Amino acid sequence: MGRVRGVVTASMTTPDTKRVEHEDSHELVETTPAELGPLYRQMLAIRRLEEASAKAYSQGKIGGFLHLIIGQEAVCVGAVAAIEQKDYVVATYREHGHAYAKGVSARAIMAELYGKKTGVVKGLGGSMHIFDKATNFLGGYGIVGGHVPIAAGAAFASKYRGDGAVTLCFFGEGASTIGGFAEGLALAALWKLPVVLICENNQYSMGTPVYRSLAVEDVSLRALAHGMPRDRFDGDDVVKVKRRIAEAVERARTTGEPTLVEVITYRFRGHSMSDPGLYRTKDEVEEWKRRDPLNRCRQRLLDVGMPEAELTAMEEDVKAEIEDAVKFAEESPPADEYMKYVVKE
Amino acid sequence: MAVISYREALNQAMREEMDRDPNVFVMGEEVGHYNGAYKVTQGLLQRFSERRIVDAPIAEMGFAGIGVGAAMVGLRPIIEFMTFNFSLVAIDQIVNNAAKIFQMSGGQYNIPIVFRGPSGPAVQVGSQHSQALESYYAHVPGLKVVMPSTALDAKGLLKSAIRDENPVVFMEGETLYNTTWEVPEPTGGADDLIPIGVADIKREGKDITLIAWSKMVWTCLDAAKVLAEEGIECEVVDPRTLRPLDVPTLVESVKKTGRCVIVEIGWPVAGFGAEVAYQMQRHCMDSLDAPIERVTSDDVPMPYAKNLEDEVQPQVKDVVAAVRRALYLE
Amino acid sequence: MAQILGLPKLSPTMEEGVLVRWTKKEGDKVSPGDLIAEVETDKANMDFNVEDEGVLLKFLVKEGDTVKLGAPVAIIGKAGEDIASLVASAAGGGGGASAAAAPGPAPAAAPAPSGKAAPAPATQKQVPGTRQQATGNGNGNGGAKATTASAGAPPQMGVEDSANAPAAQKNAVSSEQRAAQGKGPIPRAGTPTPQQRPAAQAAPGKLLASPLAKTLAIDLGIDLRTITGSGPGGRIVERDVKQAAEGGGAQPSTGNGHGEPEPTEGHAAEDVGDHQVTQAIAVRHARQIVPEGDGDYEDVPASNMRKRIASRLTEAKRDVPHFYLMRKLDAAPLLGFRQRLNDLLGDRGKVSVNDLIIKAAALALRRVPECNASWQGDSIRRYHRVHIGVAVAIPDGLVTPVIRDADQKGIGSIAAEVKDLAERAKNKQLKGHEITGSTFSVSNLGMFGIERFTAIINPPEGGILAIGGTVDEPVVGKDGAIVAGKRLTVTMSCDHRVIDGALGAKWLQAFGELFEKPESLAL
Repeated sequence: MGRVRGVVTASMTTPDTKRVEHEDSHELVETTPAELGPLYRQMLAIRRLEEASAKAYSQGKIGGFLHLIIGQEAVCVGAVAAIEQKDYVVATYREHGHAYAKGVSARAIMAELYGKKTGVVKGLGGSMHIFDKATNFLGGYGIVGGHVPIAAGAAFASKYRGDGAVTLCFFGEGASTIGGFAEGLALAALWKLPVVLICENNQYSMGTPVYRSLAVEDVSLRALAHGMPRDRFDGDDVVKVKRRIAEAVERARTTGEPTLVEVITYRFRGHSMSDPGLYRTKDEVEEWKRRDPLNRCRQRLLDVGMPEAELTAMEEDVKAEIEDAVKFAEESPPADEYMKYVVKE
Repeated sequence: MAVISYREALNQAMREEMDRDPNVFVMGEEVGHYNGAYKVTQGLLQRFSERRIVDAPIAEMGFAGIGVGAAMVGLRPIIEFMTFNFSLVAIDQIVNNAAKIFQMSGGQYNIPIVFRGPSGPAVQVGSQHSQALESYYAHVPGLKVVMPSTALDAKGLLKSAIRDENPVVFMEGETLYNTTWEVPEPTGGADDLIPIGVADIKREGKDITLIAWSKMVWTCLDAAKVLAEEGIECEVVDPRTLRPLDVPTLVESVKKTGRCVIVEIGWPVAGFGAEVAYQMQRHCMDSLDAPIERVTSDDVPMPYAKNLEDEVQPQVKDVVAAVRRALYLE
Repeated sequence: MAQILGLPKLSPTMEEGVLVRWTKKEGDKVSPGDLIAEVETDKANMDFNVEDEGVLLKFLVKEGDTVKLGAPVAIIGKAGEDIASLVASAAGGGGGASAAAAPGPAPAAAPAPSGKAAPAPATQKQVPGTRQQATGNGNGNGGAKATTASAGAPPQMGVEDSANAPAAQKNAVSSEQRAAQGKGPIPRAGTPTPQQRPAAQAAPGKLLASPLAKTLAIDLGIDLRTITGSGPGGRIVERDVKQAAEGGGAQPSTGNGHGEPEPTEGHAAEDVGDHQVTQAIAVRHARQIVPEGDGDYEDVPASNMRKRIASRLTEAKRDVPHFYLMRKLDAAPLLGFRQRLNDLLGDRGKVSVNDLIIKAAALALRRVPECNASWQGDSIRRYHRVHIGVAVAIPDGLVTPVIRDADQKGIGSIAAEVKDLAERAKNKQLKGHEITGSTFSVSNLGMFGIERFTAIINPPEGGILAIGGTVDEPVVGKDGAIVAGKRLTVTMSCDHRVIDGALGAKWLQAFGELFEKPESLAL
């Protein structure tokens, strides 16, 4: 029987999505500039990368779907900070941040969004399908929940080989209703596969709020039926995310046990670029923006002693990195191969 | 050279490949302790232990996806569907993931996986268990679709499928498990393999080409015997693999005979035989002496009653009639 | 630096939008993600969030205005910046002037609105087949046995046969004609004699024959109109052609229960016929054994230039009766002359062999003016001026810029002109008058190691001279000894309607003299 963490006291039952008060939500997690600095840099780079991609999309340089993670950066950055290079990450179609955190360059991501030959998957995948073997990033998947069994499969391979790797699988709370999630969860628990299932609960499944899609709004409770350890906390503080995911990773690595972790977060932008966001009030969005994890992280960095000048220098550096990525994407040759990657010879 | 059953041939293929490569494992419902719902995996648990012969609960989408994920990072899973009818609840994993990850990853991750199990109508098991779904999978770029008709082909092709770097949908004939064929002892060399994508001429003839796969090869061979008594010599060509399809071999035969009947146990509308017919008219136009004929099951869900079930499926008499039409004999 | 904000694409299919409301005022400071306006698109009212940092210096559209995608709506920059030129460029319809705001091309395919599916490009170029008939029986209720003929033949063959019997009569030849044909020799050509052409066939009717029967008939030289088809609706099938080839005009058997008709044993004539059939099939079989696949080639779209070359040269080669005169010339004096000229010129330019040839050709045309002419349908036009076209290869084709009055120009000025024209030709900067009006052309492939070749005449010119490369070869000297020599072969293509053989030879002789005594080119 898995270890069960303390159950969250409050739950969301009203349409105005009141903030969940976690018992530990106000505790400041100990950290240092050395630890927090790089995390802030990653979050900022992801924010700037996505802003740049939104701009390029509005200019017609990026097509199709573009799902932005702006507002949720602390979750992917904190979680990926808790694993090693050899560990795997499986993500959804909202995965630019996860890929960047795992080590995929801003250039490779932006060129992919532009549909260029130099993109991380040669312009064949686009925004929703970033894969990178060099960093063990097992991909962004466009069918909700269908990737949960794939993450379990990577974990199955790790167990089969005894290679000690752990797989992180990200999905939204909207995935918790589909079969792929249910079956992946069941098999991971049954076979004790070293996977950490991370539900990024951004409170809207496309335009449907949690209270209209789940009978029990606490997604982490699904773990109970499988005797699986679970955790649930808010995702504003990147260091807290890192610490709590690290516990689950450690459990997976040492005992092979999976954990279902639910992280409460909020996306500032629409589901995709064509989402007018009519299902939520501007006040609600503004309320969440006031607690922007990026700003919170910056303030915390100052509080723990990073000089303002050093921060500014870092921000300039990020700006240059993203500008370079856009320039690289703009100037790269168009995608040109599509017959070559149907079957492997 | 031993005469063995189709079932035994599949079992041997898996056993030999698992002996050869420690990354190969079998996962599916009742494959281990039960020894396989159709006994294809008989004895494998004893030989390879629970680590490599994995009994899965009833969760096709889950374990098909686990196979895909494991294949991404270097294992070579054999996923058994108790029957291919159940693959429909896992089709998202096959079509959206297995078939596309090589492309979506820009060639970084290939998926060496075999999805195998019985397919096609069996005997009186009703409409949900009596379907030929090869046309579904043959439609999808990124997959290979293999449909052996004999024990010899089953063994050589399954071994090739397990060694293939791509997802292979390996559809066994549900009513072929007890059929037998001569199969040579394994040499450990390339001789043991039958390459994917190569058709086989099961019977030579000069008057008309019958194209069929899986169980329908047997129906065509029976029809050819009947027609031979009338002096009509049928050439029976078994593509063995629907994707990739060995078009040149089929074309060569049809150009030789000038007539073609395509026999499949699936439904007529958008069935794979329609694609074969297209290819034949495309490449053999000037050699055709008659319209290409198709013989398929009736366009209905399979009834239970034995007499109706027989009537729905292509029978020898239907093939004979189609041949006679193509030869302007009626 | 201030920049124009264009109307962003707020939905995948949006082409224009109505600016419903500004949510900021001019002079407001904004950061990325800030809402500045609401825009009504084809889908919904959408937020217009800025992606830049700065101050909204000026709004360029009013609330309620309809704005094209990418068109200027506002100017953003630093407070107090001078934006007069941006305002002017925006007002001038110059929304595209600001690179940052200009929309790129719209996506080729608009994504589906669902969150799950995006359109995929076709991964394989399909050659569409002929329009296919639907097969099967739709919803499957009460359908006939699904043994459909995919080429569209009705499933009830027996019924079809009897129903179409009159048609068979109509489309086939009469029995009398068959009998006549059976007695007479088998016609080997495709055209029947008048007696053989059946009256019934005179009416516009379709000849029904299987593709195999048609190819077989061509191979065996049999006129299908002399055969009665034994297939459904009178379709002529393989066995009918074979029987005709065997010389048997007899009514072919139908439905005799013996599959493929076999030649009757012991009949010599039939054996021969069958042998021919087998051979014909074997030959075709050998030719066509490997079907062409769609991946075996690619079709590169032709540029306009390529299309023009294709049609012009096809027309020239087809309509102009070409003949060719070839002459091998001593190139040593010309090469020496060129060297001396280039020594004189120093770094003021270079003269090429080709430049000298242009001059020589021009002077030869002056000496033999009958060759400076063009066929006009019912007259020959002789030109009083000599304009030489020079074929220049450019990356995707060739053009022929013209050296006007080449006979009047000095070698140095020809050299300079050719150099300029060739360079501008490669950059596609030639003007229309620079590539038209030539009266004779020169084409040189010597620099590519071509020894000699023939060129297609560039109508309406009367001739073209093809220049090969200089070749070192042993020649017989004045004293009868073999010495090393330099030879160059020229080939003149003549339009026989304008230039006869002797005339062409006369011109070529004049050209040869000028070429081999190059000093005369400078006179």
